[in-house]
Amino acid sequence: MSATTKRTPKSPDRRRFLQDSARAVAGCAVAGTFLAKLATDARALPAQAIRPPGALPEKDFLAACIRCGLCVRDCPYDTLKLAELGVDGAATGTPFFTARDVPCEMCEDIPCVVACPTGALDHDLTDIDDARMGVAVLIDQENCLNALGLRCDVCYRVCPVIDEAITLELSHNERSGSHAIFMPTVHADKCTGCGKCEKSCVLPHESAIKVLPHRIARADSAEHYRLGWEEKDAKGGPVVDGIIDLPDRLPGPGTDNLAAPGGYEGGFEPAFKLPGTGAEVTQ
Amino acid sequence: MSDKTRLPVNAEAIAEKGWLQAHKYLLLRRASQLFFLCLFMLGPWFGIWWVKGNLSGSLTFDVLPLTDPFIALQSLVAGYWPETTALIGAVIVAVAYALIGGRVYCSWVCPINPVTDGAHWLHDKLGLAKGWQPKRNTRYWVLGMVLAASAIMGTVAWELVNPISMLHRGLIFGVGFAWTFVLAVFLFDLFVSRRGWCGHLCPVGAFYGLLGTKSLLRVSATKRAECDDCMDCFAVCPEMHVITPALRGKSDETPLILSPDCTNCGRCIDVCAPNVFEFTHRFDGREAPARPARTKSQPASGASRAA
Ligand code: SF4
Ligand code: SF4
Ligand code: SF4
Ligand code: SF4
Repeated sequence: MSATTKRTPKSPDRRRFLQDSARAVAGCAVAGTFLAKLATDARALPAQAIRPPGALPEKDFLAACIRCGLCVRDCPYDTLKLAELGVDGAATGTPFFTARDVPCEMCEDIPCVVACPTGALDHDLTDIDDARMGVAVLIDQENCLNALGLRCDVCYRVCPVIDEAITLELSHNERSGSHAIFMPTVHADKCTGCGKCEKSCVLPHESAIKVLPHRIARADSAEHYRLGWEEKDAKGGPVVDGIIDLPDRLPGPGTDNLAAPGGYEGGFEPAFKLPGTGAEVTQ
Repeated sequence: MSDKTRLPVNAEAIAEKGWLQAHKYLLLRRASQLFFLCLFMLGPWFGIWWVKGNLSGSLTFDVLPLTDPFIALQSLVAGYWPETTALIGAVIVAVAYALIGGRVYCSWVCPINPVTDGAHWLHDKLGLAKGWQPKRNTRYWVLGMVLAASAIMGTVAWELVNPISMLHRGLIFGVGFAWTFVLAVFLFDLFVSRRGWCGHLCPVGAFYGLLGTKSLLRVSATKRAECDDCMDCFAVCPEMHVITPALRGKSDETPLILSPDCTNCGRCIDVCAPNVFEFTHRFDGREAPARPARTKSQPASGASRAA
């Protein structure tokens, strides 16, 4: 290219063409970078903006949703809103709801999904109980009335998937010594993220239980751990056959457990002693 | 207007044809823009849900799905294959505009058009300089850039900034700070670049222009022989370069304005006192003799503004 240009230095058309193209490419690069920056920002969905039922994973959703608002129109409870620029944090024009304002009522016929022309709300979602808009988390255990040992139970009572998505788990009330604590406990494999519990929490202003996106609320399970009890159930017997049951090592001098319940007086003599430590402890 | 030797644009046509005829297509166009906006506003304002959604995607009478084909295209290059409903909607819209003229969208439907027309009107009143004038093909570069950004970022990129949907969606669903984008376009057209947005940059206009390259509905300078060089058509046309080949063509050249840039706004028809222009179809083969050669000393009323 440049060689040809050099050979014919007096070709102003060609030169102009190259200059214009270079200018246009540079301009587009600048504008494109700006657009890419905006696209990156748009992915930062705030934690309390919950997507409608069946919404594709956020990245796919932003490629699929054309911001038509048909889901918003067909939601009978006015749950959904289209994000407004600079007011709501979700990508401008995309649908979301704020559970504390208006939760999703989990319509049986899921009209929002049916209305979506693009499939940004996945049409394969036909049973609303399968929706996973987010997962409720009892986020303020210091103010939750049930956690304090009282019986509020409201979040539990309003849950459309009561006793599956949310249960009350009993434990001993250490403070009173003679009562139980009925801890609202959410089970992520059943919680749809509808936000009814968050909406109904009786505490003023913020709710003690909040629907959060899975990406924030859930850790990956520790795959490098094998849960012995599950493995055992799966196998129907001990995981390793013919295992020799070695005597347990008891705490005592010479180990790093310096005190044993009830002391070790008259106990056993450790098989070896770390230099220094044994003498110190026996004194 | 202080310059008495120069008639204001459209004055001749008003004198000759009457005010109404000289604003016929302008009025029709505003009516059309208002009509399409009102269709969408009937629901939110009066609870009459004939049309739901917005220009990006809508459902009319609960049966007719429409989708902006440019948005659907961005979805596709972003790697997402939409459900059939959206695709059918996009095909319907694309076919319609491919037939009646792609940029008919720009002048008869797009809600930004009154904004940029308003900016141009004020720009004219204030007698401002034309400012930055990007190359004619800039909009295609922008179009390419938008598609590339959509593909790379895996998102419908133009919808992050598109002033059209910002305004239209804003009016229907709540605007937030999206009005700033509309204001930016207005100010850009007013102070930075005459006819800058719709005439040079908007990739939506570029897309619809390409869509309508072979469209049927066309403006033709059928009676170009009667042109009296008043230059009013050049002054009002948002894409005046499209006029020259048709109006100044030789007798064996077509009088049809075939450039995809023409928005079919019909303003040239309005302002032309001798009625040189008319709407016709692209296969109109009527004879249109060129105007006889003339001397260069003809008066030109709006010529300076047409630059
Ligand atoms: S399931 Fe019903 S309440 Fe929930 S978002 Fe969809 S339409 Fe609205
Ligand atoms: S109906 Fe679908 S495409 Fe339209 S705004 Fe809702 S999620 Fe997006
Ligand atoms: S969000 Fe709350 S109310 Fe809804 S399913 Fe989950 S636990 Fe139940
Ligand atoms: S060029 Fe763009 S903004 Fe202007 S009228 Fe056409 S589509 Fe609308």
